[in-house]
Parts: sequence; structure tokens; C-alpha cells
Amino acid sequence: MLQLENLKKSYREPDGGILPVLDVPNFAVVEGEQMVLLGRSGCGKTTLLHVIAGLSRADTGLIKLDGYDISGLSEAGRDRYRAAKLGYVFQTFNLLAGFSALENVQLGMTFARGKYQVARAKELLDRVGLSDRAHHKPNALSVGQQQRVAVARALANQPRLLLADEPTANVDPANQQNTIDLIRQTCSDEKIALILVTHATEVSDQFDRVDRLEEINQVGVTSH
Amino acid sequence: MLTALSMALGVMLVVLVLAIHGVVAESFGTWNLGYNLIVGAKGGSLQLTLNSVYYLSRPVENISYEYYLEFVGAEERSRALQHSIRSHIHDAQWDTIEATMSAFPGDGLGSLAGALATDTLRAQDYSELDLDRGGKFGQFTALAIPLCLGDYYGQFRVVGTTPDLFGKLTYGPSADRPYEFTAGRNFKHWDEEHSYFEAVVGSTVAREKKLSVGDEIASTHGDPEGEGHGQKFTLVGILKPTGTPNDRAVFINMEGFYLMEDHALDPPKEDEASAEDASGFAGMAGGFVEPEPEDEHDDEPPTGEKERLPVEQRQVTAILLRTVNPMVAVGMPRTIARDAQGRAQCVMPIREINGLFVIFVSPIQRALLGITALVCLVSGISILVSIYNSMSDRKHEIAVMRALGASRGTVMTVILLESVLLSVGGGALGWIGAHSVMALPAVSHAVEGRTGVPIGFLSFAPPIETLIEYPIIGPIIGNIPPELMLIPALIALAVAVGFLPAMAAYRTDVAKSLGS
Repeated sequence: MLQLENLKKSYREPDGGILPVLDVPNFAVVEGEQMVLLGRSGCGKTTLLHVIAGLSRADTGLIKLDGYDISGLSEAGRDRYRAAKLGYVFQTFNLLAGFSALENVQLGMTFARGKYQVARAKELLDRVGLSDRAHHKPNALSVGQQQRVAVARALANQPRLLLADEPTANVDPANQQNTIDLIRQTCSDEKIALILVTHATEVSDQFDRVDRLEEINQVGVTSH
Repeated sequence: MLTALSMALGVMLVVLVLAIHGVVAESFGTWNLGYNLIVGAKGGSLQLTLNSVYYLSRPVENISYEYYLEFVGAEERSRALQHSIRSHIHDAQWDTIEATMSAFPGDGLGSLAGALATDTLRAQDYSELDLDRGGKFGQFTALAIPLCLGDYYGQFRVVGTTPDLFGKLTYGPSADRPYEFTAGRNFKHWDEEHSYFEAVVGSTVAREKKLSVGDEIASTHGDPEGEGHGQKFTLVGILKPTGTPNDRAVFINMEGFYLMEDHALDPPKEDEASAEDASGFAGMAGGFVEPEPEDEHDDEPPTGEKERLPVEQRQVTAILLRTVNPMVAVGMPRTIARDAQGRAQCVMPIREINGLFVIFVSPIQRALLGITALVCLVSGISILVSIYNSMSDRKHEIAVMRALGASRGTVMTVILLESVLLSVGGGALGWIGAHSVMALPAVSHAVEGRTGVPIGFLSFAPPIETLIEYPIIGPIIGNIPPELMLIPALIALAVAVGFLPAMAAYRTDVAKSLGS
């Protein structure tokens, strides 16, 4: 379903030099597959997710989702692709403080053409156990509840691929397992492929497929 | 919120200035006066207009009543002159008749002596007075209403005039509204109960002086603090609000005005009178025959009532003229200037008012509009600064929206919409605030009292006609109510000031700003 070929990404340094960050000859995820990318801080995990999500553009290489080449899309095209096909769970949740839990979930389907359904937003909140908190603002929710809202938002547009960037990093130990269970269960229910980035082995141990980024990424430099 | 409030205050100021602009424009002549010329003493034409139309400025000099009679028909002129002749018989010749009668005591002989005496007087030729002719300008005049100014009731002008002012004159944009009374009636030439001393007041005077029908009022001479006249007038009517300067004046019967002390000219001496020519009119003071009895009118005094002042002791301050057709009015000022030989002038009040408006009022209005436009601009800039300053905090939010699939154009539109909402929302708040101020009883009464223009919550400023002269957009913006123009103006301002922060949103680097 997702296929990366000869993907390269580098940054320009202040002194004008080039800093290679990613060099992924081959990486693929099949439909509905749930896998973990394991790696230490600064090994390029977030950059890889940004490139897959179309938030950053690769220097070279191929990114294919469901057979479509994303790397050749314009920025507007990548925006549409992201809105329609991708879900993203951030490490810091990134809920909008001025919006209620329900509105934050609705925001996840706002930019995808033809996918705006208030009923689905409510259903997702119910699924993550927050239907009674639908109208609470994020600062009125616990950290665990905020992460559950973030998961619901990432699933709102019925994505084909969910990218989860260290979703348990800011969640207390008691809620870490709940969050992982929630993500895995909803992805399984909706046949959504999952790439979960973490450096926590207690999380990675639960997955059948665990890839170490240092093995995929040929750069092997510790930056970004 | 504060930025919206700032815009609300700016728009409130603009709407209030537009309202003031509208009130000034309306009070300066959107209504039809109902007459098209004013005749008065030679002097400043503007001063004559301000005096006669607005009851403002210092009083002007007077013109003779005889000259007023040149603007009326034969019947009215003849009646006025005959009244004067009769009054002179009373004053000068009655002694002769009485002496004749006393020389032949007894009812029969006395009557005979009286008849003989009057026959003698009738024998004198008074054809030089030309009693039967109409006024020189009577054929061109559809309506002539004399005004006698100079007295005050408190700060309000007292206007001595005839009942025709409210009986025959109409007002309103098409001059088709008759004057009506909230209480009482129009004053009469003569009334059995109140004699010549009836008065009518405008709505503002009645409200501010707390007057009601039946009250007695006395005017002061010369200025508001002048010496009071002893003569009291009975208030018989209160005008409905008209939106004209008549709301702010007291109207008294001209006959009563003349009978107040210091309002009559001294009667001319006989030797002076004989030297006068016929147009000097005082020649009649020499005395002659008893004239034809005056026509009987319901409002004329019966024999034995206090007499009206003779013509040669009367003066008028101004004559309001409505010509038989508008074309006649064009030539009248020049004709009258030539005929009166420096004693009188004829002005077109609309021309004077327009001149005053263009020279003095329009520039002030434009300056005010300019200042308020700047206030709005400053409010707009404060919106720009506010949104722009918040952009650093909101880059994260924008990045989240971008990560969820929002395009650069979408986030730019969101910021522009926010700017428009702040501007238009603040503007709506300001509009409501300004119109609420206009609806306050203290404000609306004060404006109506001072200008005669009624205002309320739903009073919209009229189009600013002076804007028509601007090229291209002039004909459009000069015909649209300016408050309606505020809506596109606010949106344009919001888009202009929102553009900079919107561009910042457009350029937000999503990967850097997500911070995940």
C-alpha cells in the first residue's frame, strides 16, 4: 500500500553545507499492516513521517500510496492527499486550544472533500470513551483524554494510513497502554495501516513488525 | 475583542459624523420652503435669508408697508389703504365733523351736519392714491406673507405675521404638507375674545417653555435680554413638529405686533405729508372724504374696537413671496432692485442657502468625514497589529490545520475572514452604538430642537451629494446612503489590513511549527 524507493532528504545548513538526513532505498507497508519504527532521538523518525505525510518534500525518490506517486504532487496536491488519505497522531497532541473536543475531531474531516460528518465525529469520541466530554476544551481534559481526542481526530477522515509519532511519550504510564490499545484497535477495525514511531521497547514489543530506522536509513547520522 | 471594540468606536464616530452631516444637509434645504423669494431692506442678502428663513442672525432693517402692498392684489391693497384713510378721518377730520355737529345741536340737525361734513371731505380728490389699482408686482405674486421681526420670547424669535403663514403656506420636500396643530388653532386677524393678541408657537418652543393653549406670553424688544413689552398675547395654537425653523419660533398676529409699544412709526406731520408725493402715501394725512366701508370679514373688528395701525405707521422686515410661476422669480430680484432704488432687495433664499452650504458647511463636513475616515483607518491598523502579533502564537495552530490537510489558501482565507469578522462585527457594534446614541431622548430632542430635523434609531444619513462631483465613482457613491457604503468599505479595509498576517499564515513552515 505504501512504498518508498530511493528516498533521499537533506537540509541546508547555515554555513551553506548540505546535511543528509534520510536515505531510504526501500520501505513498504502493506494494507492494514501495523508496524513500529524504532529509533533513537535525532535519527530522522519525524522527518521520515513528514515526508510520507507530504509536509516536507523529499529531494529525490518515490513515495507511492495505493499506487499513486505522491512525491511528484504539487503542494496543493499533497494537501489534498493528506486530507483524504492520512491520519496523524502527534507526540504533543496538537489539539487546538480554542476548540472543544468534538470540534477538534471535526477539524480532522473538515479539509477532506465529502468526508465531513458530525455523526462520525461523535461516534469516534464515543469510541475513545469521551462522549461525555465532547464539549470540553482541551485544557479541561486530562493528558490521557487529550491523547484520545487526538487519536479520534486522526481517524476522523477515514484514512488509509495512520502515522503516530511517539503517541505515548507525553502520556502517564497508566494511560500508555490504553492509548496503544486504542490506536491498534481502531486501525484494526477500520483496516487502516499504522506506522507507529517510538523508542519505547515496551511498546514495540507488542507489534509483529518492528523496523529499526537506523537499519532502513542509510545515512546513519545523528541529526534532526 | 479589544480590536473589535476599537473598530466599533471608530465606526460609531463615523456614523455619528454622517448623521450630523445628514442633519446639517437636511436642515439646509432638502425641504421646500413653499416660497421662492424674499423681499427685505437693502443689505446683506444672506442676513435677510438667515433672518427670514431660519430666524437667525441680527435683525435687518425694515421696509415700508406700502411697499409690501405692491405685492398684493387690488382688493387687499385698496382695503388696507381705505382703512388708513378712515383712521385719518377719525384722527384729523372727526374734530371738524364734531364741531359742525355741535354747532347744530339736536339729533336731526346734528346728523345733517355730519353728512354735510363728510360730503365736503368726499369732494376732495384722492385719486392720486390710486386706490383701485393692484400692487405693481401683484400680478406676478401668488402669495405674499409679511414678516415683522425684532422681538424675542426667551431665546426664541417672535415673528409678527398674518394667519396666511400657516393657512396658505405649505411645507415639506414637495411643499405639499399643510401646517397642523397638536393643540388649538391658527391665530386670527381679530378675535372677539383676544382682540389682535393671539399667538401660535412651534413645537420646540412649546416643549421647552412648557406652554399650553390658553397661556399668555409677552415678548421682549430687540434681543433676548431686551426690555419686555407689557402687551400679552394669548396662545391659541401649538404647531405639530414640522422639521423646519418654524418649530423654534413664536408667531403673533401682525396687527397685535404693530400695536405694541415702540413698534409703530410716528405719524407723519401734516406739512411733511403735503410735500410727499402719492407714493409717499402720507399725503392722505391731509384728510378728505370718508372712504368706502371696508369689507366685512369674520375676523375683522366691529366698530368701536381698538383700531389697527394705519399703513404709514407700519413697517415689515421681510416679505415671503411665492411667484405665479418659477420663471417670474428669476427676473424679480433685478426688477425690484431697479424699482426700489436702493430701499429694498429681493433674494432667492434657496440660492443663498446653497451658497452658504457650499462655502462654509461642505468643507467642514468633508473635513469631519476625512477625520473619521482616518479614525477608521487607525482602527483598521490596530486590527492588523493585533492579528499580526498573534501570528507567532498561532503559527502552531496554522501548522496543525495544514497537517490535517488545510491548504495555504485555506489558512490565508481563515485569517482574512477573521479580519473581516473583526471589522464588520466591530462595525455593526459601532453602528448600533451610534444609532442608540441618536435614539436617546436627550439627543434626539436637542437635535430636533436646534435644527428642526427629527432623528431616531432608524434615521439613516442621506447620500452625500457633494461626492457626485468626483470622477468615475462620484455618481455611484454620491447617490448611495453613506452608511450602506460602510459595509464594503469595512470589508475592503479588513482585507487590506488582514493581508499581511494572512501572508504570514500562508508562508508558515508546517514542519518547523508543528514542534512534534
